Amino acid sequence: MDWASVLIDGILATIGPITAAYAISAIGLNLQFGYAGLLNFGHVAFMLVGAYGTAITVDLGGPLWLGIIVGILAAALLGLLLGLPTLRLRADYLAITTIAAAEVIRLLVRSSWAQPLTNGVFGIQGFADSFFSLNPFPTARLYGIGSLVVTGRKLWVMLVGWALVALLTLLIRRLIKSPWGRVLKAIREDEDATTSLGKNVFAYKLQALMIGGAIAGIAGILLAVEQQNVTPDAYLPKITFILYVIVILGGAGTILGPIVGAVTFQFLFFTIDALMVNAQANIGWVGDILTPAAAGQVKLVFVGIGMMLLMVFRPQGILGDKEEALIDER
Amino acid sequence: MNADHPLTAVAPEPGVRKPNPVLVANSLQRSFGGLHAVDIDRLEIQRHTVTSLIGPNGAGKTTLFNLLTGFDKPDAGEWHLNDGTLVGIAAFQVARRGMVRTFQLTRSLARLSVMDNMLVAATDNKGEKLWGSLLGGWQATELANEERAGDLLERFDLEHMADEFAGSLSGGQRKLLEMARALMMNPEVVMLDEPMAGVNPALTQSLLSHITGLRDSGKTVVFVEHDMDVVQEISDWVVVMAQGRVIAEGPPDVIGRNPDVIDAYLGSHHGEAAG
Repeated sequence: MDWASVLIDGILATIGPITAAYAISAIGLNLQFGYAGLLNFGHVAFMLVGAYGTAITVDLGGPLWLGIIVGILAAALLGLLLGLPTLRLRADYLAITTIAAAEVIRLLVRSSWAQPLTNGVFGIQGFADSFFSLNPFPTARLYGIGSLVVTGRKLWVMLVGWALVALLTLLIRRLIKSPWGRVLKAIREDEDATTSLGKNVFAYKLQALMIGGAIAGIAGILLAVEQQNVTPDAYLPKITFILYVIVILGGAGTILGPIVGAVTFQFLFFTIDALMVNAQANIGWVGDILTPAAAGQVKLVFVGIGMMLLMVFRPQGILGDKEEALIDER
Repeated sequence: MNADHPLTAVAPEPGVRKPNPVLVANSLQRSFGGLHAVDIDRLEIQRHTVTSLIGPNGAGKTTLFNLLTGFDKPDAGEWHLNDGTLVGIAAFQVARRGMVRTFQLTRSLARLSVMDNMLVAATDNKGEKLWGSLLGGWQATELANEERAGDLLERFDLEHMADEFAGSLSGGQRKLLEMARALMMNPEVVMLDEPMAGVNPALTQSLLSHITGLRDSGKTVVFVEHDMDVVQEISDWVVVMAQGRVIAEGPPDVIGRNPDVIDAYLGSHHGEAAG
């Protein structure tokens, strides 16, 4: 077993742009679920709409910066469309609508009907050249220490990604620490009571859904730009649930929770992954009983066990307040 | 009631006109399927009084509360606060216009601190708007609100709990907090849905004095209650509901002797035997 390389693989994946994108998306979900108490089970759709908004705009000849604006606005608009009919109803209606809408949107995007615009199952590639032309680091050069190195290309996306994480966290912090954020938390606790105090609960929920959606759109754009690729089947419902795991793992309703959750989740996920690959190659009997295909499943089993242990021993998440988490049980 | 009280001259009969009503409802109706939950011809609430709403379970008291405060929509009818109609006005707007309600089951915002529970009730805070919260400039309002909230918490003996989660308060303290929170909005009319339910006797006295205190500070209080002793003690006027209708209203001593009320509460046989 090569423990050092397992750890390095885990760390490299953890600090990469994908983790940053998951953290951003989780920041949006945390605003909706952690602070406003909205059960948005179609979060991945906001990422899809953001990514496709950008890709299609560039594909049609627009500049990338315009594509990014279109992507973010489209994601916010999706929040408006999903929120208008459902947010006046009980919380479960939003959950049902969002989970269904997310699949409908993905299937629409991959359908042959939408092919002229979305290129169906093949998706759209190579729309982010102008982003990489801004890269100040030589693309092929390696940066880092020892074997912990990334290419100049990856470093550029990483820096932009984590800078966005920091910016959005500051934005959320400002919102949540304001009276606006206090109303949002009040709505999470009790909608009727908040209404009785003269607050337009519907408007606040709609704002939270749209802002959280726009932030998820940014995450989708970052992922798409990093891969220079959007395909519909990258936006499966399981992404939404991974994001819920990240938010709850980090601590729902905490400002840094989404970052801590994303980093922890990705580190566990990729370290276990690297461990399995390494064990298959280097330990004879593991290689005998575990095919590479089975290894992927076993990895998920370990991640699942990890999550269960967390829920048993730390239900409030890593950063959550124990006292706060126990209040609901009274 | 003092002899010079404006309600002294008012006849104790259902739907009677009052000299200075703050809240008036006309032909208010609400049915659930075939059940007429509320069917009121006319109801006036006199300004600066404590009016209690009594009646057996299922009489429609809470439904009436919901209708008046915009939490439910009537099938027909009209009602207004001062001169402004409340027909079609959303519940949050009703609250902003000065009629604030509490709930039968206490609704403390459990995972907010007691102080935040108070501050969230303050109206006209620029920082509660999305752009306002980002731009800032609401801190002065916030400080003024905190001071006012501190005063109210002191009045309700909750100031030592200000930084605790509201969810860690006892049942009685939550009732007090809910009342204090409603006052943060500077309401004209306070609607209390069973403020005494589940409160221990020692705290009941304190709650009652808070209710009369509200009236003495110029508010109008309407509250739902079951306990006739409590009602007799603090009400200026009593409205009795049964099966969705107002069957009697009048000063508490008159209501206590009203045979219709005794019938509604104890059943007519009981009333005959007693009479």
